[in-house]
Amino acid sequence: MSQFAALADSPREQFLAGARACLPVAISVAAYGLVWGVLARGAGLSLLEVLMMSGLVFAGAAQFVALDLWTATPASLPIGPLVLAAFIVNLRYLLLTATLRPLYRDGQLLRGALGMYLVTDENWAMTVAAMARGGGSVAFLMGGGVLAWISWMSTNVIGYGLGSAIDDPTRWGLDFAFTATFLALLLGMWKGKADLVPWLVAALAAIATAHFVEGNWHILVGGIVGSVAGAILEVRKRVHLA
Amino acid sequence: MYTSPEAVIAILGMALATIAVKASGLLLADRLPREGFAAAWLKHIPGAVLAALVAPALVTGSMAEVVAAVATGTIFVLSRNLFAAMAGGVLTVYLMRLWLGA
Repeated sequence: MSQFAALADSPREQFLAGARACLPVAISVAAYGLVWGVLARGAGLSLLEVLMMSGLVFAGAAQFVALDLWTATPASLPIGPLVLAAFIVNLRYLLLTATLRPLYRDGQLLRGALGMYLVTDENWAMTVAAMARGGGSVAFLMGGGVLAWISWMSTNVIGYGLGSAIDDPTRWGLDFAFTATFLALLLGMWKGKADLVPWLVAALAAIATAHFVEGNWHILVGGIVGSVAGAILEVRKRVHLA
Repeated sequence: MYTSPEAVIAILGMALATIAVKASGLLLADRLPREGFAAAWLKHIPGAVLAALVAPALVTGSMAEVVAAVATGTIFVLSRNLFAAMAGGVLTVYLMRLWLGA
């Protein structure tokens, strides 16, 4: 019996639970993966370059931006801007991976830092949601990450092969899968009235930023402004009570 | 199957920049205090980031996206099922676009 009890919490079980939890969002990853593959072919990447970029960079938003900058002739490839764009678009991951700190013991941090390679919006959100319910683990995070990686890589290659056959996921409403998924995830995080102000501030700041600044800055700006607003409110309330 | 040194350097550079940012978040988190302002701030980050991800897409969307967002939210609140909410949202946006001809 004790063997079964141990099995329920084993890293393998956690890994599979993480992958299962990420199945719905893997579909949204797959939809974007197809589109990226199709666009990558149009931008002049070779299949080998598609495999290298998706396998090593593994960051959807940054890879979409890279297609904008990519040139088919190596001599004119803007290496500096490509690297800088990847850095800026991914800056928001500072906020995301910082919240995963409680999953690691002190001695595990350096190895854990390498594992951050597999963190995406999707498995991060699932893991943070699991942590809020008292669960979540490194294996859970990795399970979702590996599923997202396989989903991203395979659909990139399929999209590359399909070429221009699927050029418009909008026609099938698949572009909305991203918004719908994150909206549901957000609603699942509701813990009470204390969340209302930070969420509203984040939303308004993001809308304003998206309106005036190109790129993915709205995620970073909204995330920072909204969470700081939430922290200010919380600290003030504590001082008031004391 | 071909590539160029320039492309390999660009891709490796992008990969290093990405993993550096992702790893830094975890490594820097340790220097932040566990309570007080910084702790409260970290606690509010996930919800704020998700709200910031979703809000612009909803505001810049058409009537189809707004209706689909309401459908997604309603399905999720009633069922607590992420996949059902996502599928319902995609189906709603598909049907609404057909109906609106957009």
